[in-house]
Amino acid sequence: MSSYPKEMQESIARVEATRPARLSTKFPRLPLPEQETLLKGFHPDYRPEGKRRLRVGPSWGESVPHELADLLEAYPLLDPKAVDVSRPDLDVDVLIIGGGGAGTVAAIWAHEVGIPAERILIATKLRHGDSNSIMAQGGIQAADRPEDSPAIHYLDVLGGGHFTNDPKLVRALVEDAPAIIRWHEDLGVMYDKAPDGTMAEIHGGGTSRRRMHSCKDYTGLEIMRVLRDEARSRGIPVLEFSPAVELLTDSQSQVVGAVLWNLETGEYAVVRAKATVLATGGWGRLHIQGFPTTNHYGATADGVVLAYRVGAKLRDLDAVQYHPTGAAYPDQLVGLLITEKVRGMDAQPLNRLGEAFVHPLEPRDVESAAFIRECLPPERGGRGLGVVTPTGMVGVWLDTPMVDIIHGKGTFQRALSSIYRMYIRFGIDPTVEPILVYPTLHYQNGGVVIDEHGWTGIPGLYAAGEVEGGVHGKNRLMGNSLLDYNVFGRRAGIAAAGWAKRAAPGTPTLAHVERYVGELRAAGIPPERKAPLLLPEYRGEKALARMVDLL
Amino acid sequence: MDEVTVFIMGKGYRVPAGLTIMKAMEYAGYRLTRGCGCRGGYCGACATVYRLRGDYKLYADLACQTTVQDGMYIAQLPFTPAERPAYRLEELRAEGQTLLSLFPELARCVACNTCTKACPQKLEVMDAVQASLRGDIPGVAELTFDCVSCGLCTMRCPAEISHHHVWQLARRLNGAYLTPRAPHVAQRVAEVEGGKFRAELDRLMAMGKEELVAAYKARDIEP
Repeated sequence: MSSYPKEMQESIARVEATRPARLSTKFPRLPLPEQETLLKGFHPDYRPEGKRRLRVGPSWGESVPHELADLLEAYPLLDPKAVDVSRPDLDVDVLIIGGGGAGTVAAIWAHEVGIPAERILIATKLRHGDSNSIMAQGGIQAADRPEDSPAIHYLDVLGGGHFTNDPKLVRALVEDAPAIIRWHEDLGVMYDKAPDGTMAEIHGGGTSRRRMHSCKDYTGLEIMRVLRDEARSRGIPVLEFSPAVELLTDSQSQVVGAVLWNLETGEYAVVRAKATVLATGGWGRLHIQGFPTTNHYGATADGVVLAYRVGAKLRDLDAVQYHPTGAAYPDQLVGLLITEKVRGMDAQPLNRLGEAFVHPLEPRDVESAAFIRECLPPERGGRGLGVVTPTGMVGVWLDTPMVDIIHGKGTFQRALSSIYRMYIRFGIDPTVEPILVYPTLHYQNGGVVIDEHGWTGIPGLYAAGEVEGGVHGKNRLMGNSLLDYNVFGRRAGIAAAGWAKRAAPGTPTLAHVERYVGELRAAGIPPERKAPLLLPEYRGEKALARMVDLL
Repeated sequence: MDEVTVFIMGKGYRVPAGLTIMKAMEYAGYRLTRGCGCRGGYCGACATVYRLRGDYKLYADLACQTTVQDGMYIAQLPFTPAERPAYRLEELRAEGQTLLSLFPELARCVACNTCTKACPQKLEVMDAVQASLRGDIPGVAELTFDCVSCGLCTMRCPAEISHHHVWQLARRLNGAYLTPRAPHVAQRVAEVEGGKFRAELDRLMAMGKEELVAAYKARDIEP
């Protein structure tokens, strides 16, 4: 029995009717010029009203989404005059801000190259491992098959990023990739393999070789939990529920640690560090242009805000990644990620009439733009062929039953068990009926500028993972974010450890924050705007309207 | 709008029907710190227990993946205390006794199956405990692969087993010692270290945009 409402079932009947013919055909890929036209017409990044130019800071004049500009053009949450930061509560060699993938990798490698565990500290906003890293489903890229090479991977990454990436960073990414996979094997990550050990590798959007390694569709979870366990084995200390609210600088403008804030007791703590690694992740919870998001609760761009105040440069933050396939039905799942692996395993996107309208594995931005064009009404330039749900969401079908038809019964449940479980909970069997999808806010393509060692250009400050920019240019390909946090987490951890061995940090101050406040005032920024955000606001309007702070 | 009444730690609130437990708590005015992580069923932060009116059973599930029902009594688990013994993977062997020697409480399992009933991922938890006792490391790894470490089985277990730590070790032993390494990965690592791709990458890095675009367009795509 279908649990879809009747109107949606009528469209499903059309999907089923066209399926036999579609099984033997594939929609052609778009040539580059047509990709560009599609992007300009329908990708949300090309809507000029979604962005504005920054009026303060080292990336003055650059265009970023309003939601991020509101945080960069904002006063400190913590009044620099209200706290004494000159006497540290904790003193370490390497402070790592963020306990997701990048932070954990950085900590392990700082330890590996000789920093004692007790001289390292991971401070994180939620729990160790709460991150986008743990949610990644589809896989991690590495050019390790004989048919493939780091050079081909390099071209794919640059093409996917529309040739806007930093070539040095791309080279580091693709050259380190095979060694990262081998390291994971050493640590005990359970990759999908043939009985003789050969990796099972498939395509991702925009790849020219099959190089996506996966652990069923829990790839991010499996890698993250192994890394976390390894960090625990090494005895590396972790402070949970302790987000950084400001970096610290000394009189030489070196970064010398951070102020943490206990999310539960409200206490602050001053951590002095010889080297600091920012690994705070991305911005999904800013809900740019009102999109739902696949991201975890803490993805509020805190690291970008903190780094900007100490003078770090930003790049490519005008480019937002919308993942083409976020769940669009049922309501409880809206925005959640449906891994690209589903399309990698031959499920086709279809419109209301059951017709294919785009190759399933275009680069993500192109694929998303095609979905949006299919769904927008003709009066807004679209084709008006989306499927509308009872609550007014719109989406296109992803013909999931094709996975088992093509690859054999049981494949979906085995290879895509998290997606299967997600839908079965709500009475939809994706091996029998298609699922409805629409683009969802997924990734921060750009971020803090780094060099190939993860150095931000500011003495003492390193960055790794989603918080940094340049690796993916203006569009990341699937499977390169897990790779990114491993490659640059490792490089930043090693570089931070190297710096810590020769650094001479002075007395911590918040002088940079006071300077930044001066700039904000001069630019006439409204004083009520505060950052970092730390957590998104999801409390009900009715409750918020009557809330008073009495105790 | 259809509404239901839910009791958050015993206190009643009217919330829209169809919300997840997590969104219902937020609608009621809670700002979550504990009990909320990825909001998508992967991180295990939002372990929640509940009872329904007129039903003796204690249910366990993830707040982000469970729809509210009228008359639901809800409490979240902020944290699961669980002992993880100190070990370094490289000092262990993937042998029959490894799990039991580090987690001797496994032997206290009374096969009550409460763990399995508590699992929001619908894993065969008790079977995994039994496989651990038998020293069947690949079996444990397979049975627990989809575990999100929410701690619900651990909080319900009369034998006081710290399940997710056992599973974590079993999977790492399985991945590191009981699964053949990929020969093509080792070979590629050696090739990269030997500089096999250096010249080609140098050449690509020296290219201007037009040349790169041409090379990108000309690349053949594996079927």
